[in-house]
Parts: sequence; C-alpha cells; structure tokens
Amino acid sequence: MYAFDVTRPKTVAEAVEALGAEEAQALGGGQTLIPTLKQRLASPSVLVSLASIDEIKGVCADGDTLTIGGGTTHATVAQEAAATYPALAALAANIGDPAVRNRGTIGGSLANNDPSACYPSAALASNATIVTNTREIAADDYFQGLFTTALEPGEIITGVKFPVPQAANYQKFVQPASRFSLVGVFVAKYADGVRVAVTGASEGGVFRWTEAEAALSADFSPAALDGLTASADGLINDLHGDAEYRAHLIKVMTKRAVAAAN
Amino acid sequence: MTKVTIKVNGKPVTAEVEGRTLLVEFLREKSRNTGTHVGCDTSQCGACVVHVNGNAVKSCTMFAIEADGAEVRTVEGMQNADGSLSALQAAFQEHHGLQCGFCTPGMIMSASDLLKNNPKPTEAEIRHHLEGNICRCTGYHNIVKAIMAASGQDVSNIAAE
Amino acid sequence: MPKDHGIGASQKRREDVRFLTGRGQYTDDINLHGQTYVYFLRSDVAHGKINSIDTSAAEAMEGVVRIFTGADFEGIGGLPCGWQVTDRFGQPMQEPGHPVLARGKVRHVGDPIAAIVAETKEQARDAAEAIVLDIEELPAVVDMKAALAEGAAKVHDELSSNLCYDWGFVEDNKAAVDEAIKNAAHVTTLELVNNRLIANPMEPRVAVGDYNFANDESTLYTTSQNPHVIRLLMGAFVLGIPEHKLRVVAPDVGGGFGTKIFHYAEEAFVTFAARQIKRPVKWTSTRSEAFMSDAHGRDHVTKIELALDADNNFTALRCETYANMGAYLSTFAPSVPTWLHGTLLAGNYRTPLIYTNVKAVFTNTVPVDAYRGAGRPEATFQIERVVDKAARELGVDPIQLRRQNFITQFPYSTPVAVQYDTGDYVATMDKLEEIMDMSGFAARRKESEAKGKWRGLGVNCYIEACGIAPSNLVGQLGARAGLYDAATVRVNATGSISVMVGAHSHGQGHETTFPQVIAEMIGIDESQIDIVHGDSSKIPFGMGTYGSRSLAVCGSAMVRATEKVIRKAKKIAAHLLEASEADIELKNGKFSVAGTDKSVDWAGVTLAAYVPHNYPLEDIEPGLEETAFYDPSNFTYPSGAYACEVEVDPETGKVQILKFAAADDFGNVVNPMIVEGQVHGGIAQGIGQAMLEAAIYDENGQLQSASYMDYAMPRADDVPFYIVDHSCATPCTHNPLGVKGCGEAGAIGSPPAVVNAVIDALASGGKNVGHINMPLTPHRVWKAINS
Repeated sequence: MYAFDVTRPKTVAEAVEALGAEEAQALGGGQTLIPTLKQRLASPSVLVSLASIDEIKGVCADGDTLTIGGGTTHATVAQEAAATYPALAALAANIGDPAVRNRGTIGGSLANNDPSACYPSAALASNATIVTNTREIAADDYFQGLFTTALEPGEIITGVKFPVPQAANYQKFVQPASRFSLVGVFVAKYADGVRVAVTGASEGGVFRWTEAEAALSADFSPAALDGLTASADGLINDLHGDAEYRAHLIKVMTKRAVAAAN
Repeated sequence: MTKVTIKVNGKPVTAEVEGRTLLVEFLREKSRNTGTHVGCDTSQCGACVVHVNGNAVKSCTMFAIEADGAEVRTVEGMQNADGSLSALQAAFQEHHGLQCGFCTPGMIMSASDLLKNNPKPTEAEIRHHLEGNICRCTGYHNIVKAIMAASGQDVSNIAAE
Repeated sequence: MPKDHGIGASQKRREDVRFLTGRGQYTDDINLHGQTYVYFLRSDVAHGKINSIDTSAAEAMEGVVRIFTGADFEGIGGLPCGWQVTDRFGQPMQEPGHPVLARGKVRHVGDPIAAIVAETKEQARDAAEAIVLDIEELPAVVDMKAALAEGAAKVHDELSSNLCYDWGFVEDNKAAVDEAIKNAAHVTTLELVNNRLIANPMEPRVAVGDYNFANDESTLYTTSQNPHVIRLLMGAFVLGIPEHKLRVVAPDVGGGFGTKIFHYAEEAFVTFAARQIKRPVKWTSTRSEAFMSDAHGRDHVTKIELALDADNNFTALRCETYANMGAYLSTFAPSVPTWLHGTLLAGNYRTPLIYTNVKAVFTNTVPVDAYRGAGRPEATFQIERVVDKAARELGVDPIQLRRQNFITQFPYSTPVAVQYDTGDYVATMDKLEEIMDMSGFAARRKESEAKGKWRGLGVNCYIEACGIAPSNLVGQLGARAGLYDAATVRVNATGSISVMVGAHSHGQGHETTFPQVIAEMIGIDESQIDIVHGDSSKIPFGMGTYGSRSLAVCGSAMVRATEKVIRKAKKIAAHLLEASEADIELKNGKFSVAGTDKSVDWAGVTLAAYVPHNYPLEDIEPGLEETAFYDPSNFTYPSGAYACEVEVDPETGKVQILKFAAADDFGNVVNPMIVEGQVHGGIAQGIGQAMLEAAIYDENGQLQSASYMDYAMPRADDVPFYIVDHSCATPCTHNPLGVKGCGEAGAIGSPPAVVNAVIDALASGGKNVGHINMPLTPHRVWKAINS
C-alpha cells in the first residue's frame, strides 16, 4: 500500500469535513477497498473511516419502509432486517463470509457498486432511496454503470430506505472462486408491480430486466417467464461464464426467485 | 505515525503505527502474536481471522488504527484459564482437524465465532460458516467433524468411521 | 479394541498443541536482528528483451540498502535442474540456463528482474516503482502446439526450438503397439487436457538469508520440503558455498504439496544478498506473487487410444502427450511427464503393449513441476477415462470391464518397466462397492430425478509408484541425485531418544508417527522419543518429503538405525547380565536372558552405555547412537478403487458431489487417523482439480486466474464427508515396515471418479457426452449439456 493517514470521525459532519481534504477517500468496512489498496491501485492521502459514526448505523422499520444506516454491517442487516424484510436479510447473510459480513457495510457496497455485488440488486429491485448527507437519490438514478454511481466526491451514504415488498427473493449463482455473484437476481413484488434487478451479469453493472417485470406484474409465477429470453448483449464474458450462459442463468435465477417468493 | 493501544488477549499493547499498518501487522510485528497468519492478499483465505470486540474479522482487512481501543482476541488467547486446550481446540486434536497448522488459527477463531451464536450447528451450517476459511490439507472432513464434536454432537456415525 | 500404542494406533498428534495455540514457528515468524526486506520487481510481460534497467533514482530513495539486478550475478551459477531426460533419439534434453535474476530477457510474467533490499517492506516496494525499465515486448508463446510450430518465437534464443525433449517409452514397443491398435476389434480414442494447477499451500513461500562474517557461515531459513536438497543445489551449483558453511533450516512449514520441493531464485537471492550486505535479508511472498512464482503443476494435453479384442480384453494402449515445462526447467520438471507418468500407464490392468510419446515444451509461462501425485494423476486420469469411455461405447458395465482386465498375479512386470510387488485390485473394488452402497444407487438416482436432477456414479482404479526411489534405477533414468534417506537414532543416557530424520514434516505428522515405530520396536512409551527434522545442521543428509516417501524410505532408515541400536544394546545387556548375546531378548523395554528371570530394563542399558563403569570397553564403544541410510530396492505401489456420486442441475450445469468413497491398499499402516486425514486432503485436491481449479493464461501469457478471486480453491461447502477405507492391505514386500505411502493417493485417485460420475449423470439425462475437460465448472457442464 502507498502511505496514507487514517482518521476516525465520530459524526457525519466531521467525516464530511475530513473528506474535503485533497485525495481523501471514505473507508466503509474496507472489505473491497483494502485489497485494492494492497494492489496499489489507489493512492489516497487520507482514508476517512466511517466505522465510528454511530448515527449512520442501525436498522429501523417504520410502517412500509425499512431504513438501514449506511454504516450498518451485513451481519447486522442479516439479523435485524429478518423480521421485516427477510429476502434482504437473507441476501446480507450470504455476502462474502462471516468475517467479511462483520466489517462490510451496505453504504460501502452501494458506494462501490461492484458489478458482482449483491446489495445493488436489492436496492434497485426495491426501488430503494439512497440517502446521503446532502440529498436523497432514487435507486433508478443512483446506479450509473460499472463502479459508477450518482455520488459526488465527498458525499456519504448515511442510509438506505427500502419500501418493504409484498414478496421478494434473491437468488445468487456464485462464481466458484470469488463467491461473488456470477448472476444474482432480486425479485420484489409491490402493490404497483414487480421489479427484477440483475447483478453479476452485465458489463454495465446492476440492471433491471424490464420484460420480466412486465410479465411478472401481470402474473407473478415462474411460468410467466416461459416465453422470455434475457438478452446476452452487453453481458460479461469471462473465465467463469460467457454472455450466453449468463443470459440463460438470468432467466433460471429469476424463475427460482419467483418460485421462492411465492 | 499514530500511537494506538489495543488490548490483545486482555493485555494492552501500545505502539506507533502508520495509517496503512494492518491489524494483522500490528499483531504479528508489534505485539508478537505470530499465531495469526497471512495466507492471501484478497481477503479470502481466513488464516488471519481474529475477534475484535467479540466479532470475527479478517485482521488483514482492517487497519490497526481502526482497532485503537478495541479488545482483540487471537488464537494465543483461546486456551482455558489453566492453560489447557479449550474444548474446541481439544476437539481439533482429537479428530485430526489440522495438518500443517497454517490455517488452523483462523479455523479456531471462525469456529468459535460460530459456536458462540449457534451452539449446535448442522454440518451444512458449519460448511457455510467456513466459506471464508480455506484449508488445503484436511479436505475439511475432520474440521467439520471436530466442530460438531466440540458442540457436543455425536460424530461416531460420520462417514469413514 | 483398537491399539493405543505403537504401530497401528491412532495416536493424537503431538504437534497439534503448538499449532492450536498459535505457538508454531513458521519461517515468516523468524525475524533476525538488523534484518532487511527484499521486494522483487517482476516482469509484467510474458516475453521481452531487457534493453535497460535504470535503478539510480530508486537507489536514492529512503531506506534503500541496495538494489540488485542480473548483472550482479555475473559468474554465479543459475538454478540447476535435477533430472536429465534422454530423448527418443538418444540425445539429452535441451536445457536452458535459469538465472537468479533475469538477464537479457524476461520469459514469463513474474520473472524477477531486480531485487530491492530496504529497511522496510514498503520502502522496498516504493523504490521498485522508481526503477525505470526499458523492456521490448516480444511475441509470447503460450499454447504448446503453437510453440512447436515452424517460426514460433523462441523462449530461449540459444536453443534450437521450444522442444525440451521428444521422449518415447517403451520405444521398442512402438511398432507392436501400432500394429495391435490397427488390428483391434475396438479402439476407444480420447483427447483430454490435464488442467494446469497451482499447489497453493496456505503458507506462502518465505526465505530469510543470514550471514555470519566472523565464521563465514550462511544460514537460509526457508519454506522447504527438503532442506538438504536446497543446501546441495544452492551451495554446490548456484552460490558455490561448501556444505559445512551453509545451513538450511525449514522450520514449521505450512503445507507443500510438491511446490516447496524445488530450489527457487528467492532462496538463492536472500542467501547471496545477506553475504553481500552483511545483514539478514527477508522475503515473504504475497499470495499474488505466489501465483506467478511458485512452480505450477500438471498441464498436459493428451491423446490416448485403448485397443480391445472381441472379448473386451485390453490389447494395447497408445498415448501422445504434450507437457508444459513453462519458461525454465524447475528442479524436477523433466521427470514428471516421463518417468513418473510413462511408467504408470499400465495402471491396474494386464494391457500387454503400451507406448507413450511425450513432447515437453517451453512456453512463456511459470515453470511447471511436481504437484501432489506428479505424473501419476495424469496417467491415472487418462487410463481411467479411456476405460470408462470404452465401457460406454461397448455397452458394458465399467466396473466389470475393469475387473476383467485386472492384474491378479504378483509380482507383476508391466510392459512399461516397473514391477508391482503386491496388490489386490479385486479386494479394493469389492470393498469400494460395499462402502459406497452401490446397490442403493438406483434408488438414489430416482430420488434425484424426482427433484429434476441427474444423478451419476463414477468409479475408477489407480496404481501409483511411490516410496521414491531406488537410486540405481533413477540414476539410469537421468536423476542427478540419489533418492535414499537417512536417520540417526540418538539414545540418551536415561533412555530417552532423539531421532534425526531426513524427511520433513509439513502436515504429515511425522513427529507423532515416527516415534510410534520406534516405541513398538523397543517397547517403550512414545513420550520418550522425539523427532528432529528440518535443519541441515542437526540431521544427517536426507532427501526430504515428497512422492509419498517419508515412512517408506526415511522410516526404513529409521528402522535400520534402531535395529543397530538394539543390536548394540543387546551386547551391553549381555555384559550386564553376564549372559551370551545370543540369549538376550528385548520385550516391552526389558532385556532378559532367555529361559531365566534375569533382566535389565532399557534405561539400565542406556545408562551403562553413557556411564561405562561396568562395561566391556575393549569390545564395545560407549554411547548409544546409530545412523542408517536406506535406499529402496523398488518403488512401492499403493493402489485402490474410488467412487463418486454427483447430482447435476441440468438447468445451470452445477454439479454437487454427494458422496465420495475411497478403498485404498497402503500396505501396513502406522497411524490410521493420520492416514485417513492424508486421503481426505488428497481427495479434496483431486475434487479441486476435477471441479474447480485451473490456471488459465491468455494468448499474451497473462495469468487470468491470478488470485483467489479467479482461481477456485475448494471450500468446505464444495466437498462432502468422505468414506475412506484402508483395510485391504497387501504389505510392501521390500521395506522393513511393509508400508507403501499414502500422501498422494487421494489426489491421484479422485479426478477420474468425479468426471466419470458427471458423464454418467449426463447420460442418465439423455446427454451422451464423450468427455468434458476439467475443471467441470457449471459453465462447462451446461455447455456440454446444450451442445
């Protein structure tokens, strides 16, 4: 790693101030950033650790909305969201491994927007609202491609508001080495329709499979997908699967998610 | 350089560290707890797992500064108060849950983390919990068996007996 | 009642206490006063011409002690190769130089170009970024067949081509084999790849060099399976340091699996640099570095043909293999596809005619050498896949086809130059059918089908040659070393024993099992016996641990030395008891005079040896310490039968291994618990090869699977509990313990069972697929289903 300082602000205000420094970078749980730093692929001057900011931690259910603090670990979400939003809790319970889940945070995951990460699919399928220190961003506007989001430099995810669906499920087909998603599909059914978000598959990062959404909004059953085919255009070709395979898996995982959600 | 104090296995250790000093480097180089190992640089092998304030974490993926003021437990602190092997450690010996020993500290720390929250895990739960701990020697058979045995389950009918 | 003592007892491992409490002492735990750190600047291109290396800016950076390049190694030897293969035409293999630091050219991604020694690790790495390299990238050769094509770029300009050797075995059989295949009733042909693997012991390699200028003595602490081999190769061939001035220590080592046999550039470098700067120099590999600097394994591309007569008897086997050597010849690389592979092609069968051709090829990739099994897994995979395919083509039961062709008379001389001393392949197959509950398979398959899954059962046999190796024989075959081993049994005055052994334990549990043997022989408790290993200054010369040889070879030396000790002790006892030596019996740690009640215990004799007041000094020397060297007269031939049951999800191609059983014949067994553990670990590595692992290069020689993000290591949820059995024991006839070795069997025997099972599962779903290359990833299986 290159040399840098690490600061541990206690409040969002302190963190925002610290992030104003030249080449400052926010540090969530560090589960992706620290390996990146080890490869010397980033050279911040200061890392602003968000791990000591209590005001951005916690899970809170209020009516039809589940709000999760940006600094909440996957392990906490797995436990505390289970009653309100079990599909989301189950997703969190299968990110990485137990030690990773004890450090990694939802804010960190969404800010990084790794194309194979799990959380972006839940946020997009749930039409969640990403809350930052300055504004609220709808998920549909937030994800802007591979490792790219609507966040401005120095902007911190303080929370994520999930509308709680009537039914939902996440199906993750793991890449055998990294255990990230080779294809992950999150299906969420709301009163006004079904949303389907796909992670792991696309060169453009998480995306919605709108044809499936339309079919499932009309008939929330696996059979509703029978006539559909996910397009292989723009999907990832790598060691672990080509675009055609990923396209096929999108449909299989979507069907399974629907079956499990019902 | 920043001065940090971390309570390692109950004893406070104070040292000057850089921002980039990892917790595992603090443990191995400053407090000389060389039982915690480094087996990869992508946060996957789990040889470095320790408990920070009671939670299992990968000490290669956390900065020492982030652990300032924390209580850290390493494999060196897992024995019974009288120095004898804990039930979990004894089960690993009894059931040959280790060979070269390099992944073992991480296995012990992850397994004890599991048993704390799930006192009688199933085989599938154990295998799932060990997703972030790679062992190249044992094929996991005897590790899973040892953890089941340590949780008081009968392992006499497991395959190969 | 199982034994709790001596040979055959599942004693708990004494080494476990230190590992379970964090008190192990691995090489990276060693830190010396005044230590410096080295960072190797490695090539990021697969093939290139080094025009210039400018280190001036880097040398001026904070903390830099010294920067070395290839120029600093002028006049110093390169890394030697320990085996010379002679080709089909009687010519020696092409053997290029292997410099410690690259000179003139870089030949693979990871080839070390410069070594930066600094006060801290990070300073060394910072300085590496300030080195200005001018490297002209050259076309890389990656594919073996392309490397042999006319006009291909040459990895080594001084060689005539990228062909290391073109080997034929047995050359005299070639015409007869060709003829038999031409006239066969049926010929099954299979083209397959034995996928390139990376051993990945969990402890990355580490080397610490130290130099004491006061007595001109160098010490290397290293993660090695064989410290004496490193001392010999590095001292004699690279740095020219005589053995008495060079100590090599391999302390606790976190797994080896072959890749820690070899002598590596980093070891020579730290030893050399410590002498130059007169300070200790430490190198700790990162895992990322390990992927591009540890020798890889396997990487064969093979065509195999099996000929059968009208009654389904095997009549001939022909095999053509391309074997990747990588960019340089690693220590034992040339032996793997030849003598560790070609000699095993009879497998468990009476095939009368066998011919194999092996072309070893240089490519711009990391050197390839022995990995758990080394040559024998490749041989087993070919044979057991082609036999399975033949059964499928002929519509006969694959187990029956194997049984029909089993070797049943021993000793058996194969047409590929080795003589199996013992074995009982029918017994291990019978045992396998029992422990796998094969009769219940049909019902289990129905259960899977009810869930929409396809269930398959795969079986295979294996034979391996281990207990490596008879020196006379391997010398004729090109080995540049002897492959005996040695042990010193040092009995102390009070009767406790220190045993210094040439074998090295890095997970095998020698510290527990070796004392069991001596305890049994003398009749004392194991707690009185300690094993000393891993330090060339403490142990007699030894060749280390690989090839399932520790107990079969070094253990035999230990038995011989103990026999010498007992002979001398009996003489002392005879004197003490005033009896004839011939009348002295040793039982349960007590020497007695046959037919009398006169006796003296073990400690009484050992005390007399060291306090020789009442002692026949004119006839016997004081003291009680003996050394023996043991050179085996043959290989040992463990064998067995393995079975795997899988469930395939036809929608995704995902394969789940539900059941795996191994029935092995290891001859006699000293510690069943440890033997089973060795088999478990081997099976997991075999499953890894079959299902998960692959080192994949792109056409430019960049390693695509260069970390655990892309190289799939088996994890706990990838494997089942294994059913293992070693009750079918035909003891080895030529070593004193009747042992055969168990370390590699699991890795050798398991891949074909897995692949055969998947092929069977697909067939049950109506997809008759001839073969799928390993690893059987979901993607590949899905493609096979849908092709």
